[in-house]
Amino acid sequence: MSYLHNIGAYFLMIAEMFRKPTKWSVMRTLILKDIDDLIIGSLGIVAFISFFVGGVVTIQTALNIDNPLIPKYLIGFATRQSIILEFAPTFISIIMAGKVGSFITSSIGTMRVTEQIDALEVMGINALNYLVFPKFIALMLYPFVISIAMFLGILGGMAAVIFGGFGTLDDFITGIQMDFIPFHIIYAFIKTFVFAFVLATIPSFYGFYMKGGALEVGKASTTSFVWTSVAIILLNYILTQLLLAK
Amino acid sequence: MIEVKNIHKSFGDAHILKGISTTFEKGKTSLVIGQSGSGKTVFLKCLLGLFTPDEGEILYDGKAYSSLTDDEKRNLRAKMGMVFQGSALFDSMTILENVMFPLQMFTKQSKAEMEERADFVLKRVNLEDAHHKMPSEASGGMQKRVAIARAIVNKPKYLFCDEPNSGLDPKTAIVIDNLIQEITDEYNITTIINSHDMNSVMEIGEKIVFLRNGLKAWEGSKENIFKTDNEVVTDFVYSSNLFKKVRQMYLEEKG
Repeated sequence: MSYLHNIGAYFLMIAEMFRKPTKWSVMRTLILKDIDDLIIGSLGIVAFISFFVGGVVTIQTALNIDNPLIPKYLIGFATRQSIILEFAPTFISIIMAGKVGSFITSSIGTMRVTEQIDALEVMGINALNYLVFPKFIALMLYPFVISIAMFLGILGGMAAVIFGGFGTLDDFITGIQMDFIPFHIIYAFIKTFVFAFVLATIPSFYGFYMKGGALEVGKASTTSFVWTSVAIILLNYILTQLLLAK
Repeated sequence: MIEVKNIHKSFGDAHILKGISTTFEKGKTSLVIGQSGSGKTVFLKCLLGLFTPDEGEILYDGKAYSSLTDDEKRNLRAKMGMVFQGSALFDSMTILENVMFPLQMFTKQSKAEMEERADFVLKRVNLEDAHHKMPSEASGGMQKRVAIARAIVNKPKYLFCDEPNSGLDPKTAIVIDNLIQEITDEYNITTIINSHDMNSVMEIGEKIVFLRNGLKAWEGSKENIFKTDNEVVTDFVYSSNLFKKVRQMYLEEKG
């Protein structure tokens, strides 16, 4: 029953988030701060992981192609497909559930524990709009992060091919240009927008409605990571079935 | 003025407030006292509109809270100042920004006007040089004064304080008490303080409401509390030997 209660409360939270908007002059500052915290602050770790995981995907693909009849340009093709379709949108989102999600839960949860949310509510401010809406808007720039992850993942793969001696640059470039379907990019960005919404709202839910003290803030961060990841994985399956299956 | 009429509040099977009625007058400092678990915080949160009473009514200057529209409730809350037990300062903002916050949210003043007003109230609470400090860099007493400055910056009609002295040394606690009383007199506001601190009761309790097990067990002024024969009140207020002696001396002096 508590799962059903939480699901209901989550959707009510989302509805409430759009009510009684905060003054634009204040909201603008909050959005810019959240863009800095959630988007700009994540670029470093996303760039690092994308580059090296792109390299690993390429090496493993190359090592598994041991049939001399299979052309080497398939390494580039497989790298591109893996990174654009799954690695960048989904794998990076799971990492962001840990980084951005736990930041959101712990910062909002700490505000709950220290009565800062009560202070907002006493002043007649819609605390959900004030705290969650700017995060939601900031994370609408999340596709920008994923674009960088796609680019650096493929670049990492290219570096691995060249420096690891698994093929030539020409083969790799031929592979990443081969049979390119533009809808795959659209599919990846549709997923990214959905995951951005999940990343902004589920951690906020666990932070906003938490009860207790500092220990519970830690527990709420862990729970939020688990459920954000579960939601991303399930939505990934559903969206893939809906958008790619024929 | 705030009138409370027979309010009840329960959480599940726990009946926390069991029919409290009282009046808090404008320009007076009223204290709500009682043991832990007596319902003080729930009572204060009902007054603030954070909890809705299951029964009964709260009237602000004659208007029932339950009859207000959402916008009217929001406007009413903008006229309330609250000092939380833990100060509840926004820790991502400087002290000046914390104090300016209600002005940013509820007025159309320019930045310079807001800074001028925030500067004025910070001076009023004796914090001239702390504008650019973060709350984490301020002492407990300073944080309480910032919270008071934030609560009064938008000229509220009602000021609520939840244990404003908790965690403070006796000297700072008296400074905070006196500051609240001075501000109440100066701005002619309705001030309600939840407190455990008997010094506050004796110093600033123009009206005292004693809660016990969710009921109003006694009400009166600080002068009345010396004279009352109500054992429930005297057991609580004069639980320390020092206060027992003070009361004895007071009664002997008054004959």
